[in-house]
Amino acid sequence: MKLSDFEAVIGLEVHVELKTATKIFCSCPTDFGAEPNTRCCPICMGLPGAMPTLNRRAVELAVMAGLALHGTVLPLCRTDRKQYFYPDLPKAYQISQAGVPICRNGYLTIATPDGDRDIGITRIHIEEDAAKLIHADGRTLVDYNRSGVPLIEIVSEPQLRSGKEAADYLRNLRSILVSCGITDGKMQEGSLRCDVNVSVRPLGSAKLGVRTEIKNLNSFAFTEKAIEYEVRRQCELICRGEAVRMETRRYDAASGKTVLMRTKERAEDYRFMTEPDLPPIFLSEEEIETLGNALPELPEARAARLSKTYGLPEGDARILCEDALLADYFESAADVCAYPRLAANLLLSELLRYCESEPFSSPVSARRLSVLAELMGEGTVNSSTAKKLLLRLCEGDFDPRETVEREGLAQILDTELLTRAIMETLAENPRAVADYKNGKTAAMRSLQGRVMARTAGRAEPVLTEHLLKQILEEYEVEPHV
Amino acid sequence: MNELVRRSLTEHRAALDRREYSSVELTHAYLNEIERREPIVGAFLTLNTEKAIQAAAQADARFAKGEGRGMLDGIPYALKDNFCTRGLRTTCASKMLADFMPPYDASVVTRLSDAGAILLGKVNMDEFAMGSTTETSALGVTRNPVNPDYVPGGSSGGSAAAVAALEVPFALGSDTGGSVRQPAAFCGVLGMKPTYGVISRYGMIALASSLDCVGLLTRTSDDCGAVLSCLVGRDEKDATSVMHPNSQFFKNERISERPLRVAVVRELLEDDEISPDIRCATVRAIEVLRERGAELGEVSLPSPEAALAAYCVISAAEAASNLARYDGIRYGRTTDGADDLFSLYAKSRSEGFGVEVKRRILFGTYMMTEDKRDLYYDRAREARGRIGERMHQILRQYDLILTPTTPTAAFKRGSALTPTQRRRADLCAVYASLAGLPALSVPFGRNTDGLPLAVQLVGAPYSEGLLLETAKCLEEVCQ
Repeated sequence: MKLSDFEAVIGLEVHVELKTATKIFCSCPTDFGAEPNTRCCPICMGLPGAMPTLNRRAVELAVMAGLALHGTVLPLCRTDRKQYFYPDLPKAYQISQAGVPICRNGYLTIATPDGDRDIGITRIHIEEDAAKLIHADGRTLVDYNRSGVPLIEIVSEPQLRSGKEAADYLRNLRSILVSCGITDGKMQEGSLRCDVNVSVRPLGSAKLGVRTEIKNLNSFAFTEKAIEYEVRRQCELICRGEAVRMETRRYDAASGKTVLMRTKERAEDYRFMTEPDLPPIFLSEEEIETLGNALPELPEARAARLSKTYGLPEGDARILCEDALLADYFESAADVCAYPRLAANLLLSELLRYCESEPFSSPVSARRLSVLAELMGEGTVNSSTAKKLLLRLCEGDFDPRETVEREGLAQILDTELLTRAIMETLAENPRAVADYKNGKTAAMRSLQGRVMARTAGRAEPVLTEHLLKQILEEYEVEPHV
Repeated sequence: MNELVRRSLTEHRAALDRREYSSVELTHAYLNEIERREPIVGAFLTLNTEKAIQAAAQADARFAKGEGRGMLDGIPYALKDNFCTRGLRTTCASKMLADFMPPYDASVVTRLSDAGAILLGKVNMDEFAMGSTTETSALGVTRNPVNPDYVPGGSSGGSAAAVAALEVPFALGSDTGGSVRQPAAFCGVLGMKPTYGVISRYGMIALASSLDCVGLLTRTSDDCGAVLSCLVGRDEKDATSVMHPNSQFFKNERISERPLRVAVVRELLEDDEISPDIRCATVRAIEVLRERGAELGEVSLPSPEAALAAYCVISAAEAASNLARYDGIRYGRTTDGADDLFSLYAKSRSEGFGVEVKRRILFGTYMMTEDKRDLYYDRAREARGRIGERMHQILRQYDLILTPTTPTAAFKRGSALTPTQRRRADLCAVYASLAGLPALSVPFGRNTDGLPLAVQLVGAPYSEGLLLETAKCLEEVCQ
């Protein structure tokens, strides 16, 4: 059997830090990067006698996540204790939801080469984060600042088939959750991290293979690479006649491999118990509806709208909507511009490179972008001039229309002027002309570039190309003496 | 002995208000009594002498300015050692927490100190409130003040002994399955377990969260009402706490003019476990209430065996979970000889916990394992549901249920009882715990050995006022 005879079965458990001011069961702040153990109290330290009280905002954000992912929010759910010993777990149990979660049966759409596919979301539940262990100098220290930070866990159905699909799923998920204000989505700070379950099976087989779990992946790229590696590893094991073992692995970014953390002979027994210190969580229809109404336009719907309103290609619209701030920026430019599609092109192909990506902000105002698109659209400047102007705008603001006039940057549409420039270029480049005549069509490009250079990039490209072809057909190379 | 200490809380209040004596004098009187009685009683684990006298002086200053804070201002009390007290050692009578200094006060402690009550010290208990004799305490021996050869009961044995020995006018305990009512009965004082949730549990070190209640120990029903009035109320730090529809339990008035309807539980009168002296006291209590116009009826409850079994499983499962945090990492006892993380846990816990605590942790953990929970834990929860339903059903037809508090009077210290036998002391108490209902143990005479006897009144949710009023009828007969 070869790699292509296998199918990968991949499910994701994504942990998302909720954007609340305070922790899930106490009033300690959730800010990142504070001095260790300065954001904790008897409750998140698990001191004797301390009791949790539920931060309702965490519940609301979880409900919003459920609605944004097309799930069913349950009117009544509970919290449960997941019990195990570890130094990062001060109560020796994590308050989570084992039985009834906040939300069930959602889905998330990803684009695949075969078209869009809905990936099922089994459940979304709330839980508390654990403390952070810091291993240093042969000792292990515990920082309880993160202990009790509110999380939601989003569990997908095992319907993903490749690392790429998993990464796309994550990207879309992050984009939805960030645009709804549910999380800040900062992956480098651990606001969004995932555990991946991977198994492989022969193509066409309905039976699931033995799965492994890769823990704690905190970037799209690592997730994709870890899965690709793990799928290959499992296929190779099976091809060699060896068995895949049920085990927990981690991704080693340096080697690009997954490595064994621990084997799971039996599923761990967490002795789940309904949390007796917290009453059940009730969610009325009105409350769910209010939270649903508070959701902004979701990226998918927004992309469809942008595509329709501004005539953008679907792919471009989707990229714009992955980041709500980027989409906001585009819309404020497009709204005052007769050529929104050109504005999108300039933004995606040029400007984005110069933007701070986290969170999105542009050095060029939306108004300026729209003017550039207009200068291009109405034919005043060609695209190469527009790009140059954009680059200059990144360094400092000015009025592009006035600059074009003052610096004479408008493109040359005058046939006479262009013909003269072409004739001069051809005269200076007999070799290229000869190449063209001998059937080397690539020479055409080079000549066109030289015409551009001669006109300081102002020649109108389409007209130039047309004229150049015409002239070349009739052009006689003067024999060298 | 200063005769002052004999007076009830209510009498102290009146005297303090009349300026007959000061809170400092009162505090000294009790501190002296503690000094005199402790060698025999052994109720206290930690004394708060200096701060108590300071607090009493502050109370006196308030009285002088006419700024008294009400019923409990300037009144001394004792706390079971499972309530967190900021800067005052809180041990749960365990080696595990022998040096634990909480950084915060339990909500009831805050309430009492805001009300001006004077904390004299922390009193002994069964380790982590697991036991019914106070003999599982790792930190001291407490004797029954009525007869030091006998146990004070438990787990709030120190609280009951301190109140009975006139070392304090009132004390707080915790009642999970009788831990306030049973020692109150053994020592001859009043013990109340209120409706589940009406007093905040925040800062009371958990045994079994779904059963735990803050309990009150006093010498009279009026005193109990006074303390209860101060403690009830919703606390936002305890998500399971509820608002009590009444806020004053001091002057109890009859809720309605019609005769009191009292249910007597057949199983808890006829059971072989119930000793003749207890049965006799219960029957006499029934007669007293009948003479006062009560209508009596006989009812049946699910078997005490079932109730006790459900209680044991649920309380052990929750206790195992609640006590898992004592892992030697952040506070409490840490072993010296650990090579790795697992042995750090195992050794710290093996060294820190006593036999009864270990027994219950093992039992509770086992009951919760994946292949056993449906057999034990899930069934226990079902049984609990049935018992609760039945109790509520009875209390729709009757105003209250009258039973013995305990099957027998106090037993001798060091009796070679098995853990199962010791637990039978909770036989009558667990029903109200499982159902979350208020229950009051009222002292009712003594047996031929001079040991206190008691009956238990169980009412509908929030009927504490009615229980106290009924207790008053019984008190009057005994005086």
